[in-house]
Amino acid sequence: MAEKTLLVSKINNGTVIDHIPPGKSFKVLSILNIDSRISYTVTVAVHVMSRKGGFKDIVKIEDRFLQRDELDRISMVAPGATISIIKNYEIVEKFTVKIPEEIVGIVNCPNQNCISNSKEPVKARFIVRSQKPIVIQCFYCQKQLSDSEIVANL
Amino acid sequence: MVLPDHALINTIIAGKKLIYKPVVNPIMLFQKSLVSIEDVSTEDIEEIFRISDNMVKALEAHKNPHIMDSYVMATLFFEPSTRTRLSFESAMLRLGGSVLSVSDVSSSSVAKGETLADTVRMAEAYSDIIVIRHPLEGAARLATQFTGKPIINAGDGSGQHPTQTLLDLFTIWKEFHSIDGLTISMVGDLKYGRTVHSLIMALSRYDVTINLVSPPSLRVPEHFLAKIPRGKKVKITENLDDVIESSDVLYVTRIQKERFADKNEYLGLIGSYSVDERVVEKMKKSAIIMHPLPRVDEIKPEVDFTSNARYFKQASYGVPVRMALVSMIMGVA
Repeated sequence: MAEKTLLVSKINNGTVIDHIPPGKSFKVLSILNIDSRISYTVTVAVHVMSRKGGFKDIVKIEDRFLQRDELDRISMVAPGATISIIKNYEIVEKFTVKIPEEIVGIVNCPNQNCISNSKEPVKARFIVRSQKPIVIQCFYCQKQLSDSEIVANL
Repeated sequence: MVLPDHALINTIIAGKKLIYKPVVNPIMLFQKSLVSIEDVSTEDIEEIFRISDNMVKALEAHKNPHIMDSYVMATLFFEPSTRTRLSFESAMLRLGGSVLSVSDVSSSSVAKGETLADTVRMAEAYSDIIVIRHPLEGAARLATQFTGKPIINAGDGSGQHPTQTLLDLFTIWKEFHSIDGLTISMVGDLKYGRTVHSLIMALSRYDVTINLVSPPSLRVPEHFLAKIPRGKKVKITENLDDVIESSDVLYVTRIQKERFADKNEYLGLIGSYSVDERVVEKMKKSAIIMHPLPRVDEIKPEVDFTSNARYFKQASYGVPVRMALVSMIMGVA
């Protein structure tokens, strides 16, 4: 049996986002506002061979736990990603991100003629029409967005 | 909320006392907003046809049914549309109701920067039903979130225009007494025309054959075609001659000059899709020609005098269909 080594070392406390589609980890970092100003450590592995076959990205964030709306955003770019919450080197909770039925205030409508882009007191709102492949529809103008358009409007 | 007992409501129409029969679910539209044609069930559409037909008879007999004396309609038009606004206002006045109208946006509080949400809240306090036309898509849907009063969408940008669809369907139903079994051919700009998209969706609930005739550049968008239920008989062609002989309804739309960068291409197309006597001669005797109006060159004036022309009749149904709709929503039909 081939020797198993961990490409990225374990973290003490924090969050591991695994099974991110290859290349999408950069978008995940951007969603989580991870840039040069952070005060915690983040390790990123890109194009890692997955045990299930194929490739994936992994993001490990030390000393940070994610909020509901952050998980919803991740589900838009990385459906199927798993979240492990680590405390004291142990996984205390593990789950797969879930696309919510309604997406409010996360994705903006790219239709510039949509009322949700005007000064009205409402947040952009989408209804999920299909989970796989992901298709969402603007509650207001009915425009349907698929994968790449969603990512571009996060 | 106390629901009206429809079986007990009598209305005087055409000089006769008509007793409205209770239908399976008579109050589906009661106090509901109408934003998209998808908000209306097929049963409701049948009921709209039946009541619209009564309204046509009442209008023909010059007997306005005064069933909405104590109701006020607000019409908020944020972009000009004389035809639609007048037909809504005429419908309400013929029902005996009153109309408050904001037609000149530049003189209203909107010009001072008021949001649509606030304008709707204001209109709610002054009226029982609100009709909105707005240049932005989704405006009517947004309005429903800021009022408990019913909203009727009279067109939002290039989005929905459900009352146009209802009067189109009513025109077909009135001619053929049914929609099932018909072959309906739509001609012209099928890409940008919102009336066409709504109408295709509504027709796809029935057992019909739909022919879509347009130049490749103005074809129905793929994402829209995907919404048509599987198993529907839909034919896409560039050639009007392919479908003209089999059509029961020829629904013609305007091809707008501004959609073409090349003026020569536009002029070439206009010729091949315009309906003249030569086209009419190939049509079934019983077939009808419809158009949402205004038309430009796509139907020649000579066609107006043929027995197939129905576009002016179609436009005239705008009032009775809106009378039926408004009275059903207010629960007095």
